[in-house]
Amino acid sequence: MELHQLTIHELQEKIRSGSVSATQITESVFSRIDAVEERVHSYIRMMKEEAFAAAAKADENIKKGDIKPLTGIPIALKDIVCTKGIATTCGSHILHNFVPPYNATVVEKLTDAGALFVGKTNMDEFAMGSSTETSWFGPTRNPWDLERIPGGSSGGSATAVAADECIASIGSDTGGSIRQPAALCGVVGMKPTYGRVSRFGLIAFASSLDQIGPFTKDVEDCAIMMNVLAGYDPKESTSVPTEVPDYRQFAGRDIQGWKIGIPKEYFVEGIDPEVNAAIQKTIAVIEQSGGQCVDISLPHTQYCVATYYIIAPAEASSNLARYDGVKYGLRAADVRDLLDMYKKTRMQGFGAEVKRRIMIGTYALSAGYYDAYYKKASQVRALIKRDFEEAWKKCDVILTPTTPTPAFKIGEKTDDPLQMYLSDIFTISANLAGIPGISLPCGFTSGGLPIGVQFLASHFEEGKLIQIASAYEKNAKIEKRRPAL
Amino acid sequence: MEFEIVIGLEVHAQMLTETKIFCGCSTKFGGAPNSHTCPVCIGMPGVLPVLNKKVVEFAMKMALATNCEINKSCEFARKNYFYPDLPKGYQISQYAYPLAEHGHISLDVNGEQKKIGITRIHMEEDAGKLMHDEHNPASYVDLNRTGVPLIEIVSEPDMRSSDEAADYLRRLHEILVYLEICDGNMEEGSFRCDANVSIRPMGQKEFGTRTELKNMNSFRNVQRALEYEIKRQQYLVENGETVIQETRLWDDAQGATNSMRSKEEAHDYRYFPDPDLVPILVDDAWVEKIKKDLPELPLAKRERFVNDYQIPAYDAGVLTADKALANYYEEVVKLCSQPKAASNWIMGDVMRFLNEEKKSIRECPITAKSLADMIRLIEEGTISGKMAKEIVEDMYKTGKSPQTIIEEKGLVQITDEGELIKSITSIIEANPGQLADYRGGKEKLFGFFVGQVMKATKGKANPQLVNDLLKKMLAG
Ligand SMILES: [Zn+2]
Repeated sequence: MELHQLTIHELQEKIRSGSVSATQITESVFSRIDAVEERVHSYIRMMKEEAFAAAAKADENIKKGDIKPLTGIPIALKDIVCTKGIATTCGSHILHNFVPPYNATVVEKLTDAGALFVGKTNMDEFAMGSSTETSWFGPTRNPWDLERIPGGSSGGSATAVAADECIASIGSDTGGSIRQPAALCGVVGMKPTYGRVSRFGLIAFASSLDQIGPFTKDVEDCAIMMNVLAGYDPKESTSVPTEVPDYRQFAGRDIQGWKIGIPKEYFVEGIDPEVNAAIQKTIAVIEQSGGQCVDISLPHTQYCVATYYIIAPAEASSNLARYDGVKYGLRAADVRDLLDMYKKTRMQGFGAEVKRRIMIGTYALSAGYYDAYYKKASQVRALIKRDFEEAWKKCDVILTPTTPTPAFKIGEKTDDPLQMYLSDIFTISANLAGIPGISLPCGFTSGGLPIGVQFLASHFEEGKLIQIASAYEKNAKIEKRRPAL
Repeated sequence: MEFEIVIGLEVHAQMLTETKIFCGCSTKFGGAPNSHTCPVCIGMPGVLPVLNKKVVEFAMKMALATNCEINKSCEFARKNYFYPDLPKGYQISQYAYPLAEHGHISLDVNGEQKKIGITRIHMEEDAGKLMHDEHNPASYVDLNRTGVPLIEIVSEPDMRSSDEAADYLRRLHEILVYLEICDGNMEEGSFRCDANVSIRPMGQKEFGTRTELKNMNSFRNVQRALEYEIKRQQYLVENGETVIQETRLWDDAQGATNSMRSKEEAHDYRYFPDPDLVPILVDDAWVEKIKKDLPELPLAKRERFVNDYQIPAYDAGVLTADKALANYYEEVVKLCSQPKAASNWIMGDVMRFLNEEKKSIRECPITAKSLADMIRLIEEGTISGKMAKEIVEDMYKTGKSPQTIIEEKGLVQITDEGELIKSITSIIEANPGQLADYRGGKEKLFGFFVGQVMKATKGKANPQLVNDLLKKMLAG
């Protein structure tokens, strides 16, 4: 095994024993990037110089015995996370030259934990998409099949981990943007509880739904990353000052006597038969591991996608108003007056999907439509939340497929937004309810594409997700495959 | 036809907090363009607002001072529109759930108390400022003011004349300044007013079509604009034309209002709850705490001055119009125990000196103690009222105490009876003719003798004592 193929906990052991240096790990990761990046296109921008400088510093610290949870670990950041002095584009032309004068809180936390940054990963423009095809910088390809999409919007962060172009990465999840690409790329991805990980410095798509989370190679790494990321941030008003447990201690515990809810609304027509088969197998493994599967109902599931596609675009239409060409980012040339500057800047700066969502959101908030759309959607959202409250009376966690199908072909759904939107059908509810979710590999299709299973838990119960995911990971004994790049 | 005038006012008052409403930047007026800014208030991507609790407390003070009900829960909403001085493309304000509602203040209208309803008070952030280059086709944006906290105070359409409107504004202004939550500076925009005005035939229940007036930066201009607009609307109606619902800008130089935008051109602000901020929960304990810390308000102070100091309502009104002046007055009274004399001296000489130099009481060179000392010296007979007039002017010019001035100028009143008797005796001896005439019934000559004594003593004789002694001695 080469260094870039290892997990955080494996590398940490080697660092502690002195058998490898941070510089060696970094070299290994960048040689891997040199070998595969051209084909996968995980990254918008490499941070090679910064990474090696940080690795050298890490090695000094290691010598002094100062080893933190992520010391010497190369991590990739979705280009939606602000990095001081490093361009942060959000996958958009309108921010192609934007250099933030501040770090996102998660960047500060990762730095404090010893991590070093490999680069900024590709994403759907402003995180609006499920395939990483809407990036201004071109699409990212699925390492398991380069003709296919990696999922999105955090496609680059998922492929960077899947293709061993980093050890772990950071994504953001507004309607499934971590869990869906994690499933399609065969890695572990967690969307924490809303308010658990600081959103400060995360470029907003839909503020009431956005949440930052990790992509990792296994569940234990997910726990290690969550230990670093989670916690109250006074810079964010919606951050919650709830105590952060040591997530790592949940890994390896059994799930004897747990009740696992299987929501009937998530097992309907349209699920790919191979996905369904893999999920049925997963249920069997969970039961063999001591869990008891119970049928539950989340009756408002059918309204999730519609609700989401009112609330998210409404918030986005307002969040993206600041990109007007006045202060930073793109400003269109040759304009007649202020209105012309606004129009041309936004016309040239935003891609089609972003424009579509701004228009939907603007419409949904307009006088005369607000009550029928935004207000109604907010009311339905409350009902969706209540569905989960009811469910927790019957079960500890909920198990669902992460996606209805494995990765689809590049270009297959770009002309059919509705089909594209439906690829998030199983992940959206967690964002609407604000609850945590995790996706992890649960098998492969006959064509060799990864399949993911999703576990959901109640607010601030990330520990439970780590516990069941690690129990499943241990007992399922899914063969370790690597994409043949 | 006789018309009834209907006026409602929207006041924006800048809160005197040290820092902005959603970031740590200074709220100081002026400063180099964009020097009081940070990523949060200039609307950079990914940054988030954190509410300055002081703003809520200041707004609560105003709400309590205007008899509003404070809502147990309120929320911030985004008001969406594009303008270069609005860096996020939305203003964080309050919409469906404001901080406070259903208040009122009282005005004195022709001797009667009239209640003017306050519809709501809400918090919001201010926008920046555009500067246009006169020589180039370019504009610049200064975001120093962006995010400075404001409260908006919306009245009911309860005012029936421009006088009432001006009076309402003065009362609001007075309360804000008393609460020390707003400096009230209209030129710098700390206190701004928009007016909604309409007219309707006397007796008609329905409101007429209203226009909204903007850009009036003094009490006088608010009144002028309203008067102009009322006349304009009357002219339209009397000539069979219709008033159009629109926003009109007051032009000070022109003395007229001009159409800015019609109802059709009005923005759709697409308000919705700001997802970056959580609802503000106000419990009774918090309200009680703010209530306890409220200072005495102008109206209460006025009543107390009339009752406790037995001064006329008019005096109380003048003295309490400015909190610092009221404090000065009370300090003087405390030191000399003569409320009426204190009021007379302050409202007379002291305020005349200050007005001549356009100064406020804070800049007055005469300390409360000096003024109190002077009043006491008159009372004790050490100086005469006439001397005091001269002394107080010197006190204002030099800032010296009355004692120092009296000593330097040798102005002490002669109250020594023996000395005065000596002086009167020699005057009587020197004017035997006048004495005979006086005793013969020419009582007018009494004044002549007083004058002689004063002349001989260089005006320093205690007038009362001179009177008493002369009466006795002239009678023989
Ligand atoms: Zn600021």
